[in-house]
Amino acid sequence: MIDFLQQLFSGVALGCVYGLIALGFVLIYKATEVVNFAQGEVMMIGAFLSYTFISTLGLNYWLGFAMCIVCMAIIGSLIERLVVRPILGYPQFSIVMATIGLGLVLRALAGIIWGTDDLRIETPFTGGVVKVGQLVLSSDSLSIIVATAVLCAVLYAFFRFTRLGIAMQATSQNMLAAYYMGIPVKRMFSLIWSLSAAVACAAGVLLAPITLIHANLGFLGIKAFPAAVLGGFGSIPGAVAGGIVIGIVESMSGFYLPEGFKDVAAYIVVLAVLLWRPQGMFGSNAIKKV
Amino acid sequence: MSAHIRTSHAQADRLFLSGQSKIWYTLLGLAMVAAPMLLPPYYLSQIVFVLIYAIVGVAMNVLSGQAGQVSIGHAAFLAIGAYCAAVASKHGVPLPVYLLLAGVLTGLIGYLAGLPALRLHGIYLAIATLAFAFIVEEILARWESVTHGNEGLMLAKAQLFGRPLSDAGFYYLCLGVTVLVVLAAYNLTRSPTGRAFMAIRDSETAARSMGIDTAHFKTAAFAMSAGITGIAGVLYAHKLSFLSPEMFSIQVSIDFVMIIIIGGMLSLRGAVFGAIFMIMVDPLLIFLKDALPLASSAAMARFGLDGPVPQALHAGLLRVLNAPGLKSLIFGLIIILFIVFEPMGLDGRWQRFKAYLAQFPLYRPASARASRMFLKSERR
Repeated sequence: MIDFLQQLFSGVALGCVYGLIALGFVLIYKATEVVNFAQGEVMMIGAFLSYTFISTLGLNYWLGFAMCIVCMAIIGSLIERLVVRPILGYPQFSIVMATIGLGLVLRALAGIIWGTDDLRIETPFTGGVVKVGQLVLSSDSLSIIVATAVLCAVLYAFFRFTRLGIAMQATSQNMLAAYYMGIPVKRMFSLIWSLSAAVACAAGVLLAPITLIHANLGFLGIKAFPAAVLGGFGSIPGAVAGGIVIGIVESMSGFYLPEGFKDVAAYIVVLAVLLWRPQGMFGSNAIKKV
Repeated sequence: MSAHIRTSHAQADRLFLSGQSKIWYTLLGLAMVAAPMLLPPYYLSQIVFVLIYAIVGVAMNVLSGQAGQVSIGHAAFLAIGAYCAAVASKHGVPLPVYLLLAGVLTGLIGYLAGLPALRLHGIYLAIATLAFAFIVEEILARWESVTHGNEGLMLAKAQLFGRPLSDAGFYYLCLGVTVLVVLAAYNLTRSPTGRAFMAIRDSETAARSMGIDTAHFKTAAFAMSAGITGIAGVLYAHKLSFLSPEMFSIQVSIDFVMIIIIGGMLSLRGAVFGAIFMIMVDPLLIFLKDALPLASSAAMARFGLDGPVPQALHAGLLRVLNAPGLKSLIFGLIIILFIVFEPMGLDGRWQRFKAYLAQFPLYRPASARASRMFLKSERR
């Protein structure tokens, strides 16, 4: 039983990271119908930036965290302006491939700039543990869970109560109608890419103390797809819930099933979900018009 | 761009659009047949890789270019074909038999993998095929009694009629298979099945309302594409004579999609152009790695540049050139630049060049611009 709870906890912590990456996909997909296959790489760049700010430049953890998020928000809108905007309106396949290409470029650049060694950052949580009964919870993992909850609350409030958030929602529901209402749709797209890059960056910085920072961190992004699909690809709470489910499945299958299942558990789940309920757990199903 | 205008039904039955293209293709065929006698072994071996990639390109063309379905998991089908060849040749099955067998088996698996395509669209399908490829890769690594896992598997040389094939013989085998596959795919575009594929590509709802059984044709497209890739897998296995699961990673699937993006999705010529491009990137990179530092230091010596700035630039160049991720950097840039600036691929550029020559003073670039659709939503 205690093993089970321990696995559950680490699954939830990992799942929160998947959920945050999936959140990035969903924000962009809802607004612009582009699926960003480079989201994992964006997260990786965020983690590397945290290394530069916190370990190399020796900034305070919280200040470094904030600087990372600001930098990634700028990089996010640059990506939108340079790569995505010129190809809006092309078939979805082309856009998917462009973001895959972007992922390759970002991974190679990270390798050239930061090298191929594993890097580590010191956080205020490093090494800390919290004991609940017999359970041993590491502070790093707890910080991920708490930060995910806070981030979700902030995003919810942003989309629900601010003018900008409501404008973004309008853009994602109907671009043309939003444009007629005087919403600057292009600027909204840039802002959404910034927001999504910032969320991915937060995921990267939170994850950095657990997995170490290396150029292949971006592959976690591929595991966040099952999370987004599970959540229906258009739903923000769905993305986080899907991420947590995938995290738990992965952690449990690593513990209870034979070796090898851990790596593919997420993909088996996603194939099953796509066959059984293609619109995901929370998605709605509307047929495209001609 | 000039459209080819048909004035009789007989024209649609012809293999070649005009007498001129017949002459050119005949010359190309003669050159390909003569190649083993004229070219050194290294180039011949590169051409074999081009042919194998061209077969895969044709498979991607059938699936994505004709039927409009997305797959980023085709490396899995190549792997299945390749492992079929390895197992069958070990048990003494003759090559023509397992060439077909691998095609049929991979086609069947492709049919099963295409089942999700019935209910899925664009992005979901991409993710489903990605998941499929990861699962196949993991099975290959774990099913050690057949695949020897990550240790890998050696293959004997390809044998035809009881005799091992020479390099030239293997080249002719690949050439023959490529020609057959290209002809089959070309005939597909002229058949009712191919027309149904294209109708589905352009609008699934419209195709269904015209009475096309979209479920049947979508799985058929997957099965055909997978089968062709499986055949390419057999040739690939014999060309490399060593198989291991990491040779069929996600990166290979992305390379396959690059073939048709670079070549151009809308024609079979594009698949061949893309294959040539993809095979040429590696030797080109090696050449640049040697040539660029020499050129840069020569330029520095020639123009007397010795300040800290040129030195730093030179060091930066060396660092980028020697970085382990250089190839993926270049590939990523190629994908992005092609999609942004050359969405019709190399074949589109070639068509425009021909049109420019044919209509010389009157050619208007606007007539060949890729269309965009802002209002049509792919979301469901």
